[in-house]
Amino acid sequence: MNITLRVWRQPDSDAPGKMHTYQVADVSEDMSFLEMLDVLNEQLTIDGEDPIAFDSDCREGICGMCGLVINGLAHGPGKNVTTCQLHMRSFADGDVIDVEPWRAEPFTVIKDLVVDRSSFDRIIQAGGYITAPTGTAPEANSIPVNKADADAAFDAATCIGCGACVAACPNGSASLFMAAKVAHLGLLPQGQPERHSRVLDMVDQHDAEGFGGCTQIGECTAACPKGIQIDLISRMDRDVLSAIAHRK
Amino acid sequence: MWRSTIVLKVAMAISGLILVLYLLAHMYGNLKVFAGQEAFDGYSHHLRTMGEPLLPYAGALWIIRVVLLVAVILHIYCAVTLWRRMRLATAGGGGQRYESTKARRGNQRTYASFTMRWGGVVIALFVVYHLLHLTWNTISPGGASGSPYERVVNGFSIWWVVLSYTVALLAVGFHLRHGVWAALASLGANTSQRRRRHLNVLATVVALLITVGFLIPPFAILFGLVG
Repeated sequence: MNITLRVWRQPDSDAPGKMHTYQVADVSEDMSFLEMLDVLNEQLTIDGEDPIAFDSDCREGICGMCGLVINGLAHGPGKNVTTCQLHMRSFADGDVIDVEPWRAEPFTVIKDLVVDRSSFDRIIQAGGYITAPTGTAPEANSIPVNKADADAAFDAATCIGCGACVAACPNGSASLFMAAKVAHLGLLPQGQPERHSRVLDMVDQHDAEGFGGCTQIGECTAACPKGIQIDLISRMDRDVLSAIAHRK
Repeated sequence: MWRSTIVLKVAMAISGLILVLYLLAHMYGNLKVFAGQEAFDGYSHHLRTMGEPLLPYAGALWIIRVVLLVAVILHIYCAVTLWRRMRLATAGGGGQRYESTKARRGNQRTYASFTMRWGGVVIALFVVYHLLHLTWNTISPGGASGSPYERVVNGFSIWWVVLSYTVALLAVGFHLRHGVWAALASLGANTSQRRRRHLNVLATVVALLITVGFLIPPFAILFGLVG
C-alpha cells in the first residue's frame, strides 16, 4: 500500500516546527507503524535528508518509550495498543496520516516527534515509591495481600508511563498516570506508611510541573494502551481527601 | 495543598451539588403554579415566613441566598482557575491542540463534557436575566406585578420568553449531565467500572428531571393550560 504522511518536523525545542508531507511507497500491512517510519527514515537518509526523530525501545508495548499522536489520537486508532503495536493494516491504501508529538506544556518537544517526559520522573520522585528496606524477595506469605487487592494493584502497576493520558487529555492533565501510581502502591500493605504524604506530594509536583486538572471526561482512559481505568482517579481523590483530614 | 487541582475540583463538586439541590427545591416550587394563584403566591409568601419567630422575616430565605451566592462564587472561581491551568498546560489549545483535524472530538468525549465551560457562561448570564425578570421584575415582558403568579403567567405567555428559558434550560441540562457525574467522581464516588455506569445513569436522570421539570410550567402557560 502507498501512504501519505504529514509529520511534525521541529529541529530543536526552541525552533518553530511545522507539518511536512512525505510519500511512503510499498508499505506492507504487516509492518508496525514504527517500522513504516524506519522505512521512511532509510529513504530520507539515502536522499541526504535529516531522518525523523522518534522515541522507541522495546517495540513490544511494555517499555513506555514510544508514543505518537496519529490522526489526532494518542497511539492512533485501536484500543489498548502502543504506537509500536499499531500495524499498518489499521490503515488503507492511499490514506493521509497525520503524525505529531505528544502535546502538553510540561512535555517539551526535543526534536520532531520526541518529547521530554522527565516531569513524570519528578512526579515519581516526589512520592511514587516506598521506603521499606529492599533486599532479597521476602517469603511470599509473610505479608498477606488479598487476591482482589493484589489484582487491582497489578492492573494499576501495568501503567508504563508513556504519557498518552496527558496527550489525549483536553486539559493536559497527568491525573491518570499519577492515579495509577498512587493506586498501585496504596493498594498494598507496603505502601501504607507513606500513603497520605505520597498522594499530597505527587499532586503538588504534578501541579508544579504545569499539568492541568481532571474534568472526568475519560479521554485518558480511552487512549491508555494498558486500559488503566478512570475509577483510579476517583480513588486518588479519596486519598487526597483522607490525607487532608488526617494531616498532622 | 489548598490550591491543588484536586482540592479545586472538590470545591467545585460540593458547590455544584449544593446548586443542584437548590434547583430541585426550586423546581418543586415552580410546579405549584398548577395549584393556582393562591397556592403559588402563598408558597412564595411562606418562603419569607418560614423559620419565624426563631428567624426574622425572610431570614431563612436570606440564609439560602447567602449559601447560594457563596456556592456560585466558589464554583466560578474554581472554574476560572482550572480553565487558566488548562490553557497553560496546553498552550491555549485544549482538546484542539493538534494540527490534525481528524479527531476533533477525541476518542469518546460527549457533547455535554466539551460544552461545560461555555455552557457555564450561558447559565451565568441566564441567571442574571432570570433574576432581573422574575425576582426583581426589572424587566417585565407581559407586564409587571406584585404577585409572583402573575409575573410568571404574564412572562411565559410570550413565545420568545419561553424560547429564551428553553435554551437556558437545555444548557443547564447538558451542564448537569456531565457535571453531576464529574462532581460525584471528583468526590471519590467512582469506585469501579460498574459504579461509573451507575453514576452516569444518575447524572442523566438528574439532568433530565431538572430540565423537563423546569420546562413544564413555561410550556403549560404558553399553551394556555394554566389558570
